[in-house]
Amino acid sequence: MTSILTYTFKTLPSTSQWAFRFSIRPLSCSSQLQAAPAAQPKSKKTLAKPNLRNIVVVDGVRIPFLLSGTSYKDLMPHDLARAALSGLLQRTSVPKEVVDYIIFGTVIQEVKTSNVAREAALGAGFSDKTPAHTVTMACISSNQAMTTGVGLIASGQSDVVVAGGVELMSDIPIRHSRKMRKMMLDLNKAKTLGQRLSLISKFRLNFLAPELPAVAEFSTNETMGHSADRLAAAFAVSRLEQDEYALRSHSLAKKAQDEGLLSDVVPFKVPGRDTVTKDNGIRPSSLEQMGKLKPAFVKPYGTVTAANSSFLTDGASAMLIMAEEKALAMGYKPKAYLRDFVYVSQDPKDQLLLGPTYATPKVLEKAGLTMNDIDAFEFHEAFSGQILANFKAMDSDWFAQNYMGRKAKVGAPPLEKFNNWGGSLSLGHPFGATGCRLVMAAAHRLRKEGGQFGLVAACAAGGQGHAMIVEAYPK
Amino acid sequence: MVASRAIGILRRFSNASRTLRCPGYICRNFTRSSALLSRTHINYGLKGDVAVVRINSPNSKVNTLNKELQAEFIEVMNEIWANDQVRSAVLISAKPGCFVAGADINMIASCKTPEEVRELSQEGQRMFEKLEKSTKPIVAAISGSCLGGGLEVSIPSAFDMMLTGRNIRADRAKRMGLVDQLVEPLGPGIKPPEERTVEYLEEVAVTFAKGLADKKISLKRNKGLMETFYLPGLTSFAMSIPFVREQVYKRVEEQVRKQTKGLYPAPLRIIDVVKTGLEQGKEAGYLAESQKFGELAMTKESKALIGLYHGQVVCKKNKFGTPQKEVKHLSVLGAGLMGAGIAQVSVDKGIKTTLKDATLGGLSRGQQQVFKGLNDKVKKKALTSFERDFIFSNLTGQLDYQGFEKSDMVIEAVFEDLNLKHKVLKEVEAVIPEHCIFASNTSALPINEIAAVSKRPEKVIGMHYFSPVDKMQLLEIITTEKTSKDTSASAVAVGLRQGKVIIVVKDGPGFYTTRCLAPMMSEVLRILQEGVGPKKLDSLTTSFGFPVGAATLVDEVGVDVAKHVSEDLGKAFGERFGGGSPELLKQMVSKGFLGRKSGKGFYVYQEGVKSKNLNSDMDSVLAGLQMPPKAEVSSDEDIQYRLVTRFVNEAALCLQEGILATPAEGDIGAVFGLGFPPCLGGPFRFVDLFGAQKVVDRLRKYEAAYGKQFTPCQLLIDHANSPNKKFYQ
Repeated sequence: MTSILTYTFKTLPSTSQWAFRFSIRPLSCSSQLQAAPAAQPKSKKTLAKPNLRNIVVVDGVRIPFLLSGTSYKDLMPHDLARAALSGLLQRTSVPKEVVDYIIFGTVIQEVKTSNVAREAALGAGFSDKTPAHTVTMACISSNQAMTTGVGLIASGQSDVVVAGGVELMSDIPIRHSRKMRKMMLDLNKAKTLGQRLSLISKFRLNFLAPELPAVAEFSTNETMGHSADRLAAAFAVSRLEQDEYALRSHSLAKKAQDEGLLSDVVPFKVPGRDTVTKDNGIRPSSLEQMGKLKPAFVKPYGTVTAANSSFLTDGASAMLIMAEEKALAMGYKPKAYLRDFVYVSQDPKDQLLLGPTYATPKVLEKAGLTMNDIDAFEFHEAFSGQILANFKAMDSDWFAQNYMGRKAKVGAPPLEKFNNWGGSLSLGHPFGATGCRLVMAAAHRLRKEGGQFGLVAACAAGGQGHAMIVEAYPK
Repeated sequence: MVASRAIGILRRFSNASRTLRCPGYICRNFTRSSALLSRTHINYGLKGDVAVVRINSPNSKVNTLNKELQAEFIEVMNEIWANDQVRSAVLISAKPGCFVAGADINMIASCKTPEEVRELSQEGQRMFEKLEKSTKPIVAAISGSCLGGGLEVSIPSAFDMMLTGRNIRADRAKRMGLVDQLVEPLGPGIKPPEERTVEYLEEVAVTFAKGLADKKISLKRNKGLMETFYLPGLTSFAMSIPFVREQVYKRVEEQVRKQTKGLYPAPLRIIDVVKTGLEQGKEAGYLAESQKFGELAMTKESKALIGLYHGQVVCKKNKFGTPQKEVKHLSVLGAGLMGAGIAQVSVDKGIKTTLKDATLGGLSRGQQQVFKGLNDKVKKKALTSFERDFIFSNLTGQLDYQGFEKSDMVIEAVFEDLNLKHKVLKEVEAVIPEHCIFASNTSALPINEIAAVSKRPEKVIGMHYFSPVDKMQLLEIITTEKTSKDTSASAVAVGLRQGKVIIVVKDGPGFYTTRCLAPMMSEVLRILQEGVGPKKLDSLTTSFGFPVGAATLVDEVGVDVAKHVSEDLGKAFGERFGGGSPELLKQMVSKGFLGRKSGKGFYVYQEGVKSKNLNSDMDSVLAGLQMPPKAEVSSDEDIQYRLVTRFVNEAALCLQEGILATPAEGDIGAVFGLGFPPCLGGPFRFVDLFGAQKVVDRLRKYEAAYGKQFTPCQLLIDHANSPNKKFYQ
């Protein structure tokens, strides 16, 4: 384990060197592009890097994302993760013994299965010889699972990694209060009846008040919805714009669902219930209906409502990542390459949800691409207001210069390329599982629409963010 | 403390911006300020059927109300009322962070008669009466400082607020029902956050005003905390019974008298005004208010407090200019009460601070003190636990000089011993960089003596903090002949960042503050030896206006420290600093009665016990050193004046000898560092207001009884001889 880590670290500098060298080349290439866009319609240059292994997504699946409190409500998180893993096994028919490593992301941990990756893998029938670990990074937890896998493969430690994520919001760990816990622990240690009685005599009724998992940012004590509302106000995003965007997300998701585009969804036979085959949070409404809702966080004049926010969701996702040569040797036809990625972080109070704004120009620069090179954008939609605020921030020279230390704006993504098959607002957002969904959506869209590069970006609690370039695998 | 409270004419809502509605409320606010000042402008524009009135005093960071503004305001409001297209209005400041800062103290000070002030007050009242009767709803959108107060809230809370003039945070104001909506400050967007926040506030206020005009939002205000708490029906019913009201007035008045010792006239007048308003109706109330306001503006107390306000403003500026290098790394030597206190006020301003002590035990105690200071703020909800941790991360504790090469300034707060200070100075100079400043936090050791062993005396300066550092506002900076201007500039800059009010004095034994205190303390001992008990002495001093009784003060400062100082200064100044026997302090130290820190001094201190009991073991000590009192100078009043005149005389000597640069600094130092009665405005203001001749007469009277200790200094005699001479012209 240690050796893997040290090795990874040792190889890191060389990776970044390559990135640096590489970044110079395509810059000149893109300027050529600008000079003669008609003659050379699209760069077909791949982002492969010399001396670095190409890493591919063989395939990825997810169980249907459901509103929490619906069909999955009696299950445990590892049950959902297990279902996703089983679905992946079925879809890819990968022999269990070739899987070198399994990584899952999750946010709100079930205390009984704190390493949910291991419990799910065992239950899904993976080899008990395959190690598994769980990562957490708020809403980009499964992104972290994927990039951890990418690191393992790139550094030569593994060839085949399963990455995924899971979240079950139907059941969350509600704890006894600290005082009660302390008393219970002390009672365990008390030896005589006298000691026990004296401990019990200190019991007060308020000890029974339960403790819920934090809904607010730990550092600022502000709930995410509240922060989103302030963010929307800071960027002067109106209520109507937000409702319109949410409506767009639901309509596109509905269309994609109806047309059978959401092919990463695998059916899940829920024990004791019917088989679930579809996401159940997609509900296109009307602007009029949405306009009637009262603000959910900043009352009474805020703009963020239940209708233009992502909802509490249960779900799990999993994907099979391999070194390209391994995949080809095994006879797979991969779906996409996983290319450059970045993590960013900023002020958790006033810029909590601006991760995509910071991550996008950084990852593009790293990959030597421009916004024009991107054919499919897949951004995590935490709130309509957050997405629109990010658009405005990305489109503002003032913001780029004053807050990001950049010379100029990167530009907002064109809406016609943006989240065309719905997003977290409509499909749902199981915190730990969304990252894999974004990557698979990008990969599938590139195949369907014939593009080459996809950009995945997401914000996360703690003021963090992530972006990754997904490159379509040549057909 | 008392001073700042009493001065608090302007109340500050900080942190957040908020909208508030209800014309009545606004009226009352502004009336209390009956404001004045020059250069004001008001403009307004229409947003649909809402008139947005923007207050923007030109060439000033804050908005202030004056005749010109009032006239313009009335004009604007008349237009708004006459305009049929306008259905509601929003009042807002064009300046981020300040709605209306309040009255210009200079204007009140420049009024010669109560009538002038009364007239100004009444003008304000008339203006706001019109507002109150407005038929169109008015929303005030307030961001930053604003005059507070309000009779609308139920009587108990109204009393509380108006009397203490304390600052109310926005969220609290909302809970009290003072404001109706809060708008949280925004972060960066496509414009600077402050600008956008005000814009957003205006948008919200306009929506609100529209809602009021369209009757979509009800005018009935949510119940404030007080109303909910006291069961509204019950309170108003109870307050309708004259007898109950009478009892409430009485209780409040008792409370006020207890707190102010009757030394501050304003709170009592406010009670009168409220009483008049409630008993005889609004008209009589307004009249009483303007009259009393006029009277109060002419009092000595008003002049004293206004003087302190001005002094404070001066002492919040760096007269040495900007230092060449900003202090980013501060090292504090000694993690005792002072050292840790200095560290605490530095880390919470973002200064990276290293706290060094000789022992792990001492260091841990110091670190705990800093943590506790921050944690208490968390308990009061002034900080979040995260902010506390973040601030605390600026502090490093260590036992060696590792990393001192990064220090920009070292403040030593080791024990008051010249040899030890020399040792520390040499050690530090061996490890610090060229530009690093060495500051000594000593209360009495002359800085030039400390600097004598320095390789670079131009970088040595005195920074005398007062205990407890996080509460006491004063910082006395001591410069020697050799101290460079840039060193002074840097020390003042650090002090200002630490939130201190700063006086800069010349070097000399006891500098200014300790030197003034010493003769008074000597007198305290003599009075105790003459048989006046510590409790009696405490009550005599507090009723004169000192925030802490004289005997308690000795306990707080530490008997050993007092002994040290009195010995040192006794040597330096000789007979003039005599009075009580040094034997008293010596015996107390030998018995371990060091004051609060050892649990016993004149009083007994126990953890968790609030009431103070006399230390009965002191009876025998005092009995053994008893001196016969002199009947002609031992009345209560004489005792008070013996203390104060010695203080004042020494202060005047400091000015005469050039230790002090200005009387203003002397007054600020005495009030903020030593607790000189704020209602007297400081020793120099006191001489001006009380009369130099009277002070000299008093001194002569006591000189006759005790000799040289009371001989008035030349400067006081000069002032007594020419009545036109004043410290403040």
